[in-house]
Amino acid sequence: MDTIWNILLDIYSMVLDLGAVMAQLAESFLVTVQIFVLTLVFSMPLGLIVAFGRMSKNRIIRAIVKAYISVMRGTPLMLQILVVYFGPFYVFRIRMGNGFRFPAVIIAFAINYAAYFAEIYRAGIESIPAGQYEAAQILGYNKVQTFFKIILPQVFKRVLPPVTNETITLVKDTSLAFTISVAEMFTKAKQIAAAEANILPLMAAGVFYYIFNLVVAWVMERLEKKFSYYR
Amino acid sequence: MGSRLLEINHMKKGFDGKGVLEDISLTVEEGEVVSIIGPSGSGKSTLLRCATMLEQMDGGELIYQGQRAVWEKTDKKGDVKCVLAPKDQMKQIKRTFGLVFQNFNLFPHYTVMKNIIDAPVSVDKISRKEAEERAWKLLRQLGLEDKAEAYPFQLSGGQQQRVSIARALALQPKILFFDEPTSALDPELTVEVLKVIKELAKEKMTMIIVTHEMQFAREVSDRIIFMEQGLIQEQGTPEEIFTSSNTRVREFIGKMNA
Ligand SMILES: Nc1ncnc2c1ncn2[C@@H]1O[C@H](COP(=O)(O)OP(=O)(O)OP(=O)(O)O)[C@@H](O)[C@H]1O
Ligand SMILES: [Mg+2]
Repeated sequence: MDTIWNILLDIYSMVLDLGAVMAQLAESFLVTVQIFVLTLVFSMPLGLIVAFGRMSKNRIIRAIVKAYISVMRGTPLMLQILVVYFGPFYVFRIRMGNGFRFPAVIIAFAINYAAYFAEIYRAGIESIPAGQYEAAQILGYNKVQTFFKIILPQVFKRVLPPVTNETITLVKDTSLAFTISVAEMFTKAKQIAAAEANILPLMAAGVFYYIFNLVVAWVMERLEKKFSYYR
Repeated sequence: MGSRLLEINHMKKGFDGKGVLEDISLTVEEGEVVSIIGPSGSGKSTLLRCATMLEQMDGGELIYQGQRAVWEKTDKKGDVKCVLAPKDQMKQIKRTFGLVFQNFNLFPHYTVMKNIIDAPVSVDKISRKEAEERAWKLLRQLGLEDKAEAYPFQLSGGQQQRVSIARALALQPKILFFDEPTSALDPELTVEVLKVIKELAKEKMTMIIVTHEMQFAREVSDRIIFMEQGLIQEQGTPEEIFTSSNTRVREFIGKMNA
């Protein structure tokens, strides 16, 4: 009886601790959310431009863009963050201040995720049957109208599931910003954990990431429902 | 008969050096219904695709209502190449014809109504109200008035094909091309689509129809063209074709009726 009581007390105090740690992490969580939102805002449209480059009629543009996508997908994002942050110094001997840490993370994430989104968009665009373009051409739509009225809406629907996957990965990838000590949640959790010799802060961060992703999944599901009015 | 709507002179088309249309010449007058029959691979679809400029022809001339859409030009090296009419003229020319596809190619994210009115509104720039009035008239005519707000996936194949005919008619083309409009349909759905085309024929709509439906071709056509190996082998009234002494024609029709 006594031992059960003690165990319950232990759990209770752990939950209290966890709550306290989560409160400590709350501020840094906002930085995480910022990285997430800004990355999507920049990489999603950029991805579309990259996708156009990848499908360009011009061989040189196509080759350059292909190489870019290949490097972005073939090397660790952590390394890319370091390159963006330290690159200006090694290449131009320009010393960027601490203020450059956050922009460097956003740039690295945006160009990395743009590559992934580009490939998703390209697959989506190429999956639209040629008959859709031909029908539009016969009906007299010009190229711009055809793309924006006929093709793109259908592409959106088709790419939603893979975009959801990328978005969920992005939530977890934001933690890579610790590489250059941007004060997002994971960086903060590690600091506290090291200072207090306690893994609880890292657990708390895990809870945050998990809840964040539940929200992301919920939003994406709503979007998919919104597009389910046609097949 | 009325004016000449379409004139094709010596049309040639090949894919990767393999000739598909060898030398096609053909004229269509206003109000005429012309069916094109012939074995698989004889170039019927390619002919329609070149005539509607989905495919660029390699040689020859394409004329709509006396306006040249495509013609031959010899470049400095002495090579013959086909050139297209300038953009603004081409826009005019393209309004004179419509095309109904074998597999409909409706826009899946648009309702039936939007499928029909979108091109008139955003291409021809007519008012939405006028486009809708036109669309309702067509929907009634084609027996689809209760489907205006449906999406294509909610319709049967026959209904989808009728919508795609309505979509083409909404732009008020002078000529309507059909490429095997019923070959993606079950027999009972085929009937409803063929009925619609027959009604259009009665209203003197000019049509060029590629079809494997021999009985239908016989009933609806003013003229039937038999194509084989990229050439028009024989053409004439349905009676002439169905009683032709040309063994290839007889064989083909016999096989199709079997
Ligand atoms: N885009 C293309 N690329 C290469 N070859 C093609 C292409 N389109 C058609 N062909 C070839 O051209 C020939 C004629 O094809 P086409 O589709 O015009 O025949 P068809 O008379 O319509 O046949 P069917 O009755 O089967 O529809 C075929 O040998 C076909 O393989
Ligand atoms: Mg064909």
